[in-house]
Amino acid sequence: MEIIKVEHVHKSFEDLTVLRDISFSVKQGEVLSIIGPSGSGKSTLLRCITNLEHVQSGSITIGGNILVSTPVGGKPVYAEHKTLQKVRLSVGLVFQNFNLFPHFSVLRNITEAQIHVLGMPKAQARKEALELLAKMGLSDKAAAYPFQLSGGQQQRVSIARALALKPQVLCFDEPTSALDPELTGEILEVIKELAAEKMTMVVVTHEMAFARDISDRVIFMDDGIIAEEGTPSEVFSNPKNERTKRFLSRFGA
Amino acid sequence: MGQLLILMLQGTFTSLKIFFLTLLFALPLGLLVARGRMSRHRIISSLVNIYILIMRGTPLILQLIFVYFAPYYVFGASADRFTAVIIAFVINYAAYFAEIYRGGIQSISYGQYEASSVLGFSKMHTFTHIVMPQVVKRIVPAMGNEVITLVKDTALAQTIGVAELFRVAQNAASREFSTLPIFIAGVFYFVMNSIVAKSFDLIEKKLDYYR
Repeated sequence: MEIIKVEHVHKSFEDLTVLRDISFSVKQGEVLSIIGPSGSGKSTLLRCITNLEHVQSGSITIGGNILVSTPVGGKPVYAEHKTLQKVRLSVGLVFQNFNLFPHFSVLRNITEAQIHVLGMPKAQARKEALELLAKMGLSDKAAAYPFQLSGGQQQRVSIARALALKPQVLCFDEPTSALDPELTGEILEVIKELAAEKMTMVVVTHEMAFARDISDRVIFMDDGIIAEEGTPSEVFSNPKNERTKRFLSRFGA
Repeated sequence: MGQLLILMLQGTFTSLKIFFLTLLFALPLGLLVARGRMSRHRIISSLVNIYILIMRGTPLILQLIFVYFAPYYVFGASADRFTAVIIAFVINYAAYFAEIYRGGIQSISYGQYEASSVLGFSKMHTFTHIVMPQVVKRIVPAMGNEVITLVKDTALAQTIGVAELFRVAQNAASREFSTLPIFIAGVFYFVMNSIVAKSFDLIEKKLDYYR
């Protein structure tokens, strides 16, 4: 079953076209990595899927709910509030710079949405949040505040926060780019574990070795288009596109 | 002397009434004004901007006189003096508070809104539970300044004949040919503002649990 279906998406900021006719899909349990040079539109694509940006045309369907569709020759039509909320809750997003709530404890960062958005009873939210923290190896940090944690720990909290809403798909926007090199490993480890549990994921990353290891499929984006798409071995070991080759050679991958 | 102190305490009571009523109305109104100033509707934001310009660009003493006398010329009747004082103070201070709120609100990173949106929080929940608590922490020092100024500004109420602390002291001074009452009033203001400053210190400390 397709969890994400993106068809002919166009996105531009004023005069700058960022996405040109992007189509792809993600199946349940699949891990898709999106790689490509800076400014190629990877993050924007993720932001369109998570409804942080509006598309100029095209359609996006998530978990069977239509987020946006564009009639032929018309303007894009976004879902009404109720469907929008459903779509929002079915996609989680982990940000590059965490965006934790600094005034909430680690525990409350996780439970706030469970309680106020899902309407979960407090005791249950707390129990589930503590389980997630244990899974992230942060059981002793429940009462801490974000500023007391390392970058890697903060990012693990933000992953727990996203998982707490039990999304059908979890998106990562360069989850290790804001971290010191020695801290990236712990985040990649967490993502690997989630992949082993068959969590559906879309990962925008600059970590080529990582993308090759965990992905079922890799998309290489360049200048707003999908220049190449395939299994990791196809894209990394046998790229067909010249731009992919040039990009990968720069990374020594 | 005892008689004088009783009079001055009564004056202080009036000053405190002006002080607390102004805060009670101007703090929420300021937030509304700040929202208006940041509105995407051009007309709303420019009208609010003009209001803020006038409130900050003209003396409070003039605004007091205007609020008290203008209705007389237009409707042939004025509000009572104390009400006029409260209205003038509230609309003046709301403008200053609004700019402080605005600075605080605009200092919150966009990522906080994006995280809230992705987690499905309503706009209202985002504002009241995510944005405002962080705004409060950031504006405490600026608010402290403004509130201390308010304590001293209450002395302007005498312009339209409200017998607050300073007016009472001045009356006593001319009655007794002595500047002593004025200095005593000075001590009163100083004590009140010491309490205000201390309170803001406490609020700052209380919000010190996160960065």
